[in-house]
Amino acid sequence: MAQPQNNHAQNLGQALPSMIKRSLIVLAIASIIFAPTLLLRLQVSKIENTLFIQYRWVFFAIGCALILVWRLIYEFRAWQRANVPLKASSRPQSQESRFAPYVGPVLLIAAILLPFMPFTDRYILDISILIVTYVMLGWGLQIVVGLAGLLDLGYVAFYAVGAYSYALLAEHFGFGFWICLPLAGVFAATWGVILGFPVLRLRGDYLAIVTLAFGEIIRVVLLNWRDFTGGSNGLSNIPRPSFFGIPFSQGPDGFAATFGLEYSSLQRMGFLYFLILALALLTFYISSRLRKLPMGRAWEALREDEIACRSLGLNTINTKLSAFAIGAMFGGFAGSFFAAKQAFISPESFNFMESATILAIVVLGGMSSQIGVVFSSIAMVGGIEALRQLQFLKAIFGPDFDPSSLRLLFFGLAMVIVMLWRPRGFVSSRVPTVFFREKKSVGSSMISQGRG
Amino acid sequence: MTKPLLTVKDLTMRFGGLVAVDKFSFEVQAGHITAIIGPNGAGKTTAFNCITGFYKPSGGSIALHHPSRGDFSLETMEDHKISRIAKVARTFQNIRLFGGMTVLENLMISQHNELMRASMFSIAGIFGLPSYRRAEKEAIEKSMAWLKRIGIADKADDAAAALPYGQQRKLEIVRALCTDPVLLCLDEPAAGLNPKESDDLGVFLREIRDKDHVGILLIEHDMSVVMEISDHIVVLDYGRKISDGTPALVRNDAAVIKAYLGVDE
Ligand SMILES: Nc1ncnc2c1ncn2[C@@H]1O[C@H](COP(=O)(O)OP(=O)(O)OP(=O)(O)O)[C@@H](O)[C@H]1O
Ligand SMILES: [Mg+2]
Repeated sequence: MAQPQNNHAQNLGQALPSMIKRSLIVLAIASIIFAPTLLLRLQVSKIENTLFIQYRWVFFAIGCALILVWRLIYEFRAWQRANVPLKASSRPQSQESRFAPYVGPVLLIAAILLPFMPFTDRYILDISILIVTYVMLGWGLQIVVGLAGLLDLGYVAFYAVGAYSYALLAEHFGFGFWICLPLAGVFAATWGVILGFPVLRLRGDYLAIVTLAFGEIIRVVLLNWRDFTGGSNGLSNIPRPSFFGIPFSQGPDGFAATFGLEYSSLQRMGFLYFLILALALLTFYISSRLRKLPMGRAWEALREDEIACRSLGLNTINTKLSAFAIGAMFGGFAGSFFAAKQAFISPESFNFMESATILAIVVLGGMSSQIGVVFSSIAMVGGIEALRQLQFLKAIFGPDFDPSSLRLLFFGLAMVIVMLWRPRGFVSSRVPTVFFREKKSVGSSMISQGRG
Repeated sequence: MTKPLLTVKDLTMRFGGLVAVDKFSFEVQAGHITAIIGPNGAGKTTAFNCITGFYKPSGGSIALHHPSRGDFSLETMEDHKISRIAKVARTFQNIRLFGGMTVLENLMISQHNELMRASMFSIAGIFGLPSYRRAEKEAIEKSMAWLKRIGIADKADDAAAALPYGQQRKLEIVRALCTDPVLLCLDEPAAGLNPKESDDLGVFLREIRDKDHVGILLIEHDMSVVMEISDHIVVLDYGRKISDGTPALVRNDAAVIKAYLGVDE
């Protein structure tokens, strides 16, 4: 972004022409981008069965107007910053508010009460399960990316390993969910170490590329090893988890009958919700404990400076492998939950978009903040869902308008805005793992992001 | 005479065609401060990197004699093992602190291996067993004792990157000391310090030698510091040793004066 020059002591009148000029340049660029995305649309004429181009001038105008207004505000703020002395020094350094300690408990209580709310229906429960799954995956990946500073673009591979472990163990050995869950974690952790070994010496972009490839390799193997994984048909009839041996079925042995309740399919959903919530809380507990232990502290030191770590006697190989393994283990847990919930899995569920979404959740939430991950999962998953619901836009743009077609555009826009507003995520400061007198959080500007 | 703490023999380090260190031999006696001096690019840092395992030397041997743990051939050991097992600690020419971590956390990382054992590789730690909590408390106490000695105990909970430069240098030194070394290698510890801070540093280093019985190997350009505190000086020029002896001897060595002042042949 072109930074306006530092025009000191300019009054607004003098500064205005150049501000407008820059805004118009931005507008021109925006209109070039918007022309193919907002303005033109290929339509199929149902009557003549031909293609024709639809011009959507309203969209285009609104998009351009928004950009222009935004840029003018930006210019004005920049001018203000350069000319009006700020009382910035009085602003507290730490962005922690007084409410910070209550956020976690309130969220937890809300999460526990959610299934019992009168407004909670199947749809809300479904979305909530999805959100909590992403929270768990986010917390798992946060160990690797946020704490150890190792950029992993193939995290979904471990999710897949967990899911297929459960599905295959259940199919071939008839194991139940509760036996498969730890096994899936162990398998995923093993794969974490297998990925970790070849990438030990890689950093930054190179590490990212290899992990990306690793994620793809796992997916392609799942796709092509038909005899074992079912290929693109996937695996179906995966047994669903039971409530300590009591299935959620309609019969006399079912959950509802046993507890004298009326049968409802929501009971199974509620159970799945609490199951993933418990798994997520386990992830939270273990990873926040680990962070305060020597192992977690070593991960963070590795992110800050690997060479210094080695000079202090840290075995950086073990440190990296432990981060990969433990991060992967949580991915594996989440994966076996996913398989149990869906009862059907196929390689399609484990594509790169999934890795990218989880990574975006971590980055958006703040690399070292677990609460941040909760907010960003709600924003990402909830936001994408909310964009499906924008039916009211039809009232504005006419009945032909399909809001979901612009979903990704809105989504990208929101991401850009959030990253401009909070470049280091929602919660960017870091809470020390140990303190002598007073726990002072460390500002984001001092924290290294890790180059690998 | 007792066995030297460190015996470097014919140390050679080549980078492609460049011979950065050429058949360099010297000794560091226990209880001494030994300084390596020499013009820029002489190969001092390279020699340090060989001793501490960051480079694998092209030739020569580096023997460390630990009074209780025995003898080690450092040229065959990995860098982290040199710190952990042979107990050789080092600092860096450009400070390498964990900037986003607090001062105290920096010192806790130095005690990682003991703490890791105490936490039973995290198992005891996750369940919060008292044995681990005790070990952690001791580690904090040890860190605080060092911080008091360099006068920054009040900054224990500040981010390391927020410290003034002089204090960062000192923190890096005590971070190395927290690994309980027998030999401490300091790469230009006085660089960027003002004269008062340099003097304090000299006092501190002597204290470490005399009270804590840690041998010190020091690279330094600040001659007032070097001449003041060193027991022994080794001079390096273009990777070769050109002089070796007491400060008085080295100061008057014609070869040293020539290397530093660039007198014509
Ligand atoms: N990794 C490396 N690869 C190639 N050449 C290197 C490497 N490290 C050092 N050198 C070269 O080796 C020579 C010695 O460098 P070194 O850093 O040891 O000098 P120094 O004595 O520490 O100098 P200064 O006083 O400036 O710190 C220099 O010519 C340098 O360019
Ligand atoms: Mg040097």
